[in-house]
Amino acid sequence: MDDGFLQQYLSLFDEFDVLAAFWVNIQLTFFAGILALILGTLLATMRISPVPSLRWAGSTYVTLLRNTPLTIIMVFCVLGLWGQLGITLSPDFTTNFFRLAVVGLTVYHAAFVCEALRSGVNTVPVGQAEAARAIGLSFWPAARLVILPQAFRGSVAPLGNVLIALTKNSTVAAAASVAEASSLMRTMIEFRPDVIVAIFLTFALGFVLIVVPIGLATTSFSRRLTVAR
Amino acid sequence: MSTLFDVPGPVARRRMVWVNIAATIVVVGIAVWVLLRLNAKGQLDAALWKPFLTASPWVDYLIPGLVETLKAAGISIVTAAVFGFVFGLGRLSPSRAVRGVSGTIVEFFRAVPVLLMMIFFYLGLGKLQILDPSDVPLVAVVLGLTFYNGSVFAELVRSGVHGLPRGQREAALAVGLRGGQSLRLVEVPQALIAMLPAIASQLVVILKDTALGLIVTYPELLDAARRFGSGNGNILQALVVAALVFIVINYALTRLADQLAGRVGKRTAGKPRTEAPSLVVATGKD
Repeated sequence: MDDGFLQQYLSLFDEFDVLAAFWVNIQLTFFAGILALILGTLLATMRISPVPSLRWAGSTYVTLLRNTPLTIIMVFCVLGLWGQLGITLSPDFTTNFFRLAVVGLTVYHAAFVCEALRSGVNTVPVGQAEAARAIGLSFWPAARLVILPQAFRGSVAPLGNVLIALTKNSTVAAAASVAEASSLMRTMIEFRPDVIVAIFLTFALGFVLIVVPIGLATTSFSRRLTVAR
Repeated sequence: MSTLFDVPGPVARRRMVWVNIAATIVVVGIAVWVLLRLNAKGQLDAALWKPFLTASPWVDYLIPGLVETLKAAGISIVTAAVFGFVFGLGRLSPSRAVRGVSGTIVEFFRAVPVLLMMIFFYLGLGKLQILDPSDVPLVAVVLGLTFYNGSVFAELVRSGVHGLPRGQREAALAVGLRGGQSLRLVEVPQALIAMLPAIASQLVVILKDTALGLIVTYPELLDAARRFGSGNGNILQALVVAALVFIVINYALTRLADQLAGRVGKRTAGKPRTEAPSLVVATGKD
């Protein structure tokens, strides 16, 4: 690797704002993450409730959404919601696409958040609920003091995985015309094909640097919280 | 039913009936509201949906698209299985160097978005001009899917072997097999059987990710639906139909995975699992 290559490579960062592109992905992940957590919690509550119609609605949502490719959902948000139904989420063109992409990421990942939370509830052995009832706790105290705290601890690891998937999937926002990392990578390769491998490795490494710390943090968090059984 | 709820008594049952009715009204109300909104925009017009009951969109667009989707998925499954087998065994190798290299490769490809890889291969192969330009999108899709899902398969092989009871290896060594033989003859076959359900549900992921091919101009199902829809002014309906095709296939695959999980249990000492191992694991065991 001679000096000229390094110069060529570094000049990329003057020409293109790589960090700004990654910042868009982080923002997409942040907003869609929070909204998916809210919607997913609602769905999980529906799915574990004893009310048949709510359980049915929750599981239908999950079955439909998690078997649909995210790319279809993204294209639907732009061509369907915006193009056909005229739903605009912001007068500003760029912000509108950004918000539509957030909607797409949210409805898709909420299904996975729901499953992560539900699997957390499933890690709690029946004996815990039986013991809670045996000492005289009624529904809410048993849920609040015994079952939900353990369920939350059990769902940290699967939720971490959903967050990682969401981070990587934020690149699919390119299908909703959002200028994020993958679309900048494409532009950069088209303009500077001389350093194509270096450009790919830069972006790939960028995602490794975001994803691996999330993985390590949630793993250690989940281990610290895990209930010894 | 679940850990949370006791078997309901008469009072709770009566209360549940009322809650159920109220919830049904809310759920149906939301559905009706969405349909009314769609109707107000004219999206429920029979003219927009009817084409999908005729042969033309299926024969000219959707079925050729579905064939391309299945082709990309089918090739990727085979190549990913080979990749996963090689690197999964690499991660179990007695040599520290081989383990390290395999581990780094597998972890790298699991952290990089599939779309990033597809775009890279698409533009890179296009520039190299070693392939027929019309093959470039397919190869880019297959390579992207192979590296990601191959890494997931590699993790499946590794966690499958680690999930076996220790007695399996000990018994193999006790009857005089060497370490490599034990892996090849005893551990990996059982691990693969235990992993079958997880492999089946990974097929859902592969099939869904073929839709990313749209972005690298691969003419798969989503792309076909979009072309038909924008040509006939019913893009929304075309996308819904394409999504339904995906949902039906993926739902069948998920059911298959669940059935396999129930069936393979007797043929392996490992624990069948229906999901691929992920980056974050709750216990150190996987």
